[in-house]
Amino acid sequence: MGTLIETDIVIVGAGPVGLFAVFELGLYDLECHLIDILDRPGGQCAELYPEKPIYDIPAWPRISGNELTEKLMEQIQPFSPKFHFNRMVTGLTRLEDGRFEVSTDDDEVFRAKVVVIAAGGGSFQPKRPPIPGIEAFEDKSVFYSVRRMEAFRDQDVVIVGGGDSALDWTLNLQPVASSITLVHRRPEFRAADDSVNKMLALREQGAINFEIGQISQLHGEDGQLRAATIKQTDGELEIACSRMLPFFGLTMKLGPIADWGLNLHENLIKVDTEKFETSEAGIFAIGDINWYPGKVKLILCGFHEAALMAQAARKIVNPDKRVVFQYTTSSTSLQKKLGVK
Amino acid sequence: MTKLTIVAHDGVKFDIDAENGSTVMENAIRNAVPGIDAECGGACACATCHVYVDEAWTEKVGSPDVMEEDMLDFAYDVRPTSRLSCQIKVSSDLDGLVVQVPERQA
Repeated sequence: MGTLIETDIVIVGAGPVGLFAVFELGLYDLECHLIDILDRPGGQCAELYPEKPIYDIPAWPRISGNELTEKLMEQIQPFSPKFHFNRMVTGLTRLEDGRFEVSTDDDEVFRAKVVVIAAGGGSFQPKRPPIPGIEAFEDKSVFYSVRRMEAFRDQDVVIVGGGDSALDWTLNLQPVASSITLVHRRPEFRAADDSVNKMLALREQGAINFEIGQISQLHGEDGQLRAATIKQTDGELEIACSRMLPFFGLTMKLGPIADWGLNLHENLIKVDTEKFETSEAGIFAIGDINWYPGKVKLILCGFHEAALMAQAARKIVNPDKRVVFQYTTSSTSLQKKLGVK
Repeated sequence: MTKLTIVAHDGVKFDIDAENGSTVMENAIRNAVPGIDAECGGACACATCHVYVDEAWTEKVGSPDVMEEDMLDFAYDVRPTSRLSCQIKVSSDLDGLVVQVPERQA
């Protein structure tokens, strides 16, 4: 077993709703650890629409995904939430003492009295390009990320895509691989100019190949890639290759959450509308991931759900503590926690 | 109202009276045209409402902006006539517009 972390609350997902849950729980002195598959807070706001304005956040006529994330981070800073990025929650089980054990793919184990699932549309995972039969090659010769560069040593590598990942790995793997062919459907890239210039320089030197087109077919046996067909505007080209790295962005998948024994409704977690608790006492689901009659997938609905969830969660963590509901506008003790008194 | 025809991949034609200002994607979803997923709901963030604009209309419809071009990188079998239908706004100029749904969305 890896590192063991004991805490009051584990929040699965660090999107806007998960972040605001820290605030509502923090008012009751509950310690939160957040786990997210992305490398930064914000969830869909960070990954899908960082620059796009949102128009329906109360009192913010217009705010971008990035700004909303920054403001929430500022708002919860007094409660010192602990973030664990770049990991996916894989397991969730109840212990004999009533607490929950949450495990991740990064060999950590969390023990918490309450688990809050604020996982939005699920975890962001690499998008599988729609190339026929690609599944048979996955994890054998087609990979969606580079865990170890050594796995590409002396290989003929095809890298597909036009974003930063595709460009970065073209540059990084070039000294290691036997050959690199970058395939992108057009001559423009969505990547940093510096990386594009470096890639073009390598191509100029003949150190890498760059082909404009789309991969239409893979060839090989038993999962081992032998060649790929590139469809170009004026025909087709077949190139020999032993490894392929497609970078087609991320998509959201429910992932392991489906296996935790919670009642689901069309891939969403069923909750009540009093506490937003799942079919398992002590496990709550808030934001886009939950479902109840009348559910609307709005950030502001997730905020409301976080506030009611916190009322129920504090009673589970501290069942004997008498708490009087207070307002942040008038309570000196709440203001002390927020660091404004 | 503007006449819009969306041809599904199996050749079935959907003749739609579209409201000016609405997007082709919205009309596809409202009329349950198969093959238009529109996962992101029209934010130009997913490339699952990809269509081919009929050759006769490509000039009038125009070409994608930078953001849409970037998203098209994630679509399947992109052609010179490819557009994301959430970025095509219906207007009187486009009366009679024909678009085709590709074999699949990414």
